[in-house]
Amino acid sequence: MSEKTIAGFCIDCNEQGYLTNPDQWNKEIGLAIAKEENIEMTDKHWEVIDYLREQCAQEVAITIRKVGKSGVVTIKEFYQLFPNGPLKTASKIAGIPKPVSCI
Amino acid sequence: MKQILILGAGTAGTMMSNHLRKSLPSDQWNITIIDHQEYHFYQPGYLFLPFGIYQPEQLKRTVAEFIPKGVELIQEKIHRIDKDSNTIVLQNKQNVKYDILVIATGCDIAPSEIEGMEGEQWHKSIFDFYTFNGAKNLRDKLKSWEGGKLVVHICEMPIKCPVAPLEFAFLSDSFFTNKKMRDKVDITYVTPMSGAFTKPVATKELDYLLKQKNINVVADFNIECVDTENHKIIDYGGKEVEYDLLVTVPTNMGDELIARSGFGDDLNYVPTDKETLQSKVKENIFVIGDATDLPASKAGSVAHFQAEILLKNILSFIKGKPLTEKFDGHSNCFIETGNDKALLIDFNYTQEPVKGTFPIPGIGPLKLLEETRMNHLGKLAFKWIYWNILIKGRPIPFVSNHMKIAGKDIQKAETV
Repeated sequence: MSEKTIAGFCIDCNEQGYLTNPDQWNKEIGLAIAKEENIEMTDKHWEVIDYLREQCAQEVAITIRKVGKSGVVTIKEFYQLFPNGPLKTASKIAGIPKPVSCI
Repeated sequence: MKQILILGAGTAGTMMSNHLRKSLPSDQWNITIIDHQEYHFYQPGYLFLPFGIYQPEQLKRTVAEFIPKGVELIQEKIHRIDKDSNTIVLQNKQNVKYDILVIATGCDIAPSEIEGMEGEQWHKSIFDFYTFNGAKNLRDKLKSWEGGKLVVHICEMPIKCPVAPLEFAFLSDSFFTNKKMRDKVDITYVTPMSGAFTKPVATKELDYLLKQKNINVVADFNIECVDTENHKIIDYGGKEVEYDLLVTVPTNMGDELIARSGFGDDLNYVPTDKETLQSKVKENIFVIGDATDLPASKAGSVAHFQAEILLKNILSFIKGKPLTEKFDGHSNCFIETGNDKALLIDFNYTQEPVKGTFPIPGIGPLKLLEETRMNHLGKLAFKWIYWNILIKGRPIPFVSNHMKIAGKDIQKAETV
């Protein structure tokens, strides 16, 4: 666990840059992380981010399948918005934990 | 007379039937368990079957022999649960009423979820090892396989026993080395996760295994389809991985009867309170094991730790008291690493796997997150424990339902 200043905000994050406390997140932080990931955010991107944050708040395990069935984007579109590991990248921008397995 | 009904006589359901019969007076409570299957399989053995370490007959017993006296076993297919009238409708159109329902219908592979997977190459060049037949057919294939590109693959999470595919890759390395043909086999591990290991301490401690065993890793791969003609798997981003032999863990799904009953999530798992194990569907419905939507591993050890907690909560429910027992997500798994060694991990919802000693703090004899021969012997001994202690609902000495902090190197975890 470490602290990092991003977009002028001091946040707790892990060494891979994922926020460890989703409550510290705001849109400016999301935007700054997106920039680091070379992603230009559009309304569609934010819709996905909002969906992921909602699911996380409800303690629902997020999967590619869930995103694909969310009605927000199809899996193909999700890949177009966040290329190369969309769930990982979108989770980082959304300030929620990276999807993990048991080890 | 009141009625408790258990759906599913696998690991979790069988354990619950034993626990409940011991705890409820038989002049007040009927206990019935329903499962159409004739055989109870030792599922942890599926991993060893393809490599000839276990023989098929060692993994198969009848369902009936583990159901205790005083519990009625109905071997019929279940059509649906009618939660409003507290009734189970069987496929033979008979109805069974209940006062309390325990859903233990587990999960199974669903290869048809991925385009091209379950076609004519299924069990020819594409195999699963999560079913008895899949593991047996793969054993026959490996006997005569002359080598090439072996791809060990996970379709999507969550899956039962999330470490099993990694163990399969490790055991493959040993198997082909012992057959003196390792140089003819290229092993690639393909996962939808960010790597073979995803937790910080495990990644740091165990990443060497992949290099040592010469296993390539393709991460962040979300499969869209299998191209059987050109022998490759393709992901949604257009990435491709070629195979000669594809050993995949297909999408895992809960039983279709959950969908037919009108509840369950998009993978037919039952919405369940992650601490009390009461369903979110109706207060007299409880869920245990792989059938839940809990953010815990789908594993026999998890069902074992849940069982006593669920028992206490059901007893409280009967008395009209609040459900005070809380499941912490405790999971405990051996991980075979090949060459007669294994790792052991012990963790829960909040504590990631770390190094330490188990089950007796400071003594062991098993070591956490470290490759030892003793851990491997522990895994082999587990088959006896399973048949003789675990599914009979007996406690395992020194192993508590809640994860113990003592014996764990937590300090180190925080500094990593």
